[in-house]
Amino acid sequence: MSGHVFHPGHHELHGITVVVTMHDDRTLVGRFDQEDARGIHLLDTGIHDPATSHASREDYLRRTLKFGVKPEHPRLIVPAAQVTAITPLREIAIP
Amino acid sequence: MPYDPALVRPMREEVTRLGARELHTVADVDNVLANHTGTALVFVNSVCGCAAGNARPALAQALAHPVRPSAVFTVFAGQDVDATARARSYFGEYQPSSPSMALLRDGEVVYMMHRHMIEGRDPEDIVADLTAAFEQYCGAPVRD
Repeated sequence: MSGHVFHPGHHELHGITVVVTMHDDRTLVGRFDQEDARGIHLLDTGIHDPATSHASREDYLRRTLKFGVKPEHPRLIVPAAQVTAITPLREIAIP
Repeated sequence: MPYDPALVRPMREEVTRLGARELHTVADVDNVLANHTGTALVFVNSVCGCAAGNARPALAQALAHPVRPSAVFTVFAGQDVDATARARSYFGEYQPSSPSMALLRDGEVVYMMHRHMIEGRDPEDIVADLTAAFEQYCGAPVRD
């Protein structure tokens, strides 16, 4: 570590790019900022919605792993009750 | 709003002392990346301690590897905004993130280390990925 950390003391996922799986089958990929009573705050988030996307979730994540997150929402707050799983993107393995 | 330049200076110097040429303007970027031949690493620097605090030491270790890019450039996201956007315009389909590192060969991105490949990892693991990319794409060892 270089020691140049401007924002210590945040949630353990603060600053980590995460894959958020929703109850409604949407998948969000964004940078975790914080969690509070309103929900999970994500930054620079891309969304895969199986209802509107031609690509499968796996293809979306495969492409995101290679080319990065296409940011569609600079700031997004997701109610925690709508979330089924949060996984760091780097831990996602797509065969 | 950009951070105070005085706060950012050590982060710039942590990269420029490695021999990376800092690109501050669109013209700076075009002068070195347009029609570039050979290999070049573009380090997109960032104030973010979550990831950049690991990326800069990893870059330092990787550039000590005997096989490395023939040129190293750096732009500072959130500081030199226009230069960063221009540099990213050379990255093709790859989405912006910072910090990140793009390895180009003859103007094409051959390897991209995104922010998500840096976050939460030890510098040694990042170095291993970078040097593997150098060995794959940067050819014969550089002789000092």
